[in-house]
Amino acid sequence: MELTDAAIVSRARAGDTDAFRELVERHSRSLFRLAFRMTGNQQDAEDVVQESFLRAYRQLASFDDRASFGTWMYRIASNCSLDLVRARKRRNDRTVPADDDRAEDPMAQLPSTDPTPERIALSGEVRQRVADAMEELSPTERTAFVLRHFEGMRMEEVGRVLECQPGAAKHSVFRAVQKLRRALDPLVSVAR
Amino acid sequence: MNHLSEEELILHYYGEEGDSPEAALHLNECAECRELYGSLQRVLNVVNTLPVPEMAPDYGTQVWRRIERHVPARRRWWFTGPAWRWAAAGTAFAGLLVAAFTAGRFYQRSPAPTAIAKADPAAHEKILLVAVGDYLERSQMVLIELANADPKASLDISAEQERAGDLVSESRLYRQTAAHTGDTAVSNVLDDVDRVLMDIARGPSQLSPAELENVRRRLEAEGILLKIRVLSSNMRNHEGPEAQPAAGQKL
Repeated sequence: MELTDAAIVSRARAGDTDAFRELVERHSRSLFRLAFRMTGNQQDAEDVVQESFLRAYRQLASFDDRASFGTWMYRIASNCSLDLVRARKRRNDRTVPADDDRAEDPMAQLPSTDPTPERIALSGEVRQRVADAMEELSPTERTAFVLRHFEGMRMEEVGRVLECQPGAAKHSVFRAVQKLRRALDPLVSVAR
Repeated sequence: MNHLSEEELILHYYGEEGDSPEAALHLNECAECRELYGSLQRVLNVVNTLPVPEMAPDYGTQVWRRIERHVPARRRWWFTGPAWRWAAAGTAFAGLLVAAFTAGRFYQRSPAPTAIAKADPAAHEKILLVAVGDYLERSQMVLIELANADPKASLDISAEQERAGDLVSESRLYRQTAAHTGDTAVSNVLDDVDRVLMDIARGPSQLSPAELENVRRRLEAEGILLKIRVLSSNMRNHEGPEAQPAAGQKL
């Protein structure tokens, strides 16, 4: 019989490190996907996963048995990702922007003229544009959007992760979608 | 005609507009909103093309290896060791309790016991707190495992029964000590936990989903897990601040 997360958590709380290892093995891949979408960088995402589990271990005593361990871990990983993204943003704000080829190249600013949507969707350029558009979101907007759009969480759950009211979570998602639309609409309009 | 706002279109895309079919009906009738909604769908669909590296199936194991050295093993041997360790520990605790109890009685009757008489009850209580706290933690684990087991299938609980049986034998002395010292709060909870554990230990080792559901209902109806949690929390408070979990810590 495969034990539930709750049963394993109770063992881990009692000091059973094998039980905690089981939780790490169960949840690492899904946390990595979340962290990657939040940070947009593989190394950062891997760091977030490790840091999240270490934070979780330190805070196991405060975990509420009635809650879902997975949701709790999402909350920790989201906060770790937010910390990292905010720190990165502060660093970038302090440094002089590096030469950006795309910014310099007027051609790169034009939407692709490739007429096949499938090819456009797969192209590196589109991915880069999407990644850039995601970078333009504030950390809170990005978190709310990732949780709602990619992880399929309801607004109430997003609010719980962000520790805000569902209405505030909803507005973060709205702002994120509006920004993405402004950035990506020209691209998808051409692709039609 | 009132058009749908961008927010309403977004909620419709995510299926979060509630039970109202208004957005869907409006989209059927309004070409302008349909066009806007189509553009929203295209943007959000293109966001889905953002690739995420697929990690190896053993990624979780890799993560564990990296963090393992930062995860201190606390009392790990208690949970993996053979049964004789439990017996030895139980005997040691029992001996300690009897000694403390007898010492407490003896010094209370001494003619000039001022300093010792004051110190002994505290030491006595401390030993009881530590021993009972540990016992409650292990009882809670057994009960939580049963309460969270998959109710769709029949379950072999022989391992849990064995642990429940050990806990029942161990609890007798704690209950007697608590009764002697007049600690009715501890004594009552120990009695309640003991009854449940005894029924588990003496019941069938294969539980059907219905029987498992009965155990779960009983735990809920009698509030056993809650009582354990409250008593454990009170005991931690008595043991000292270092034993308390970090409350209100932001994740």
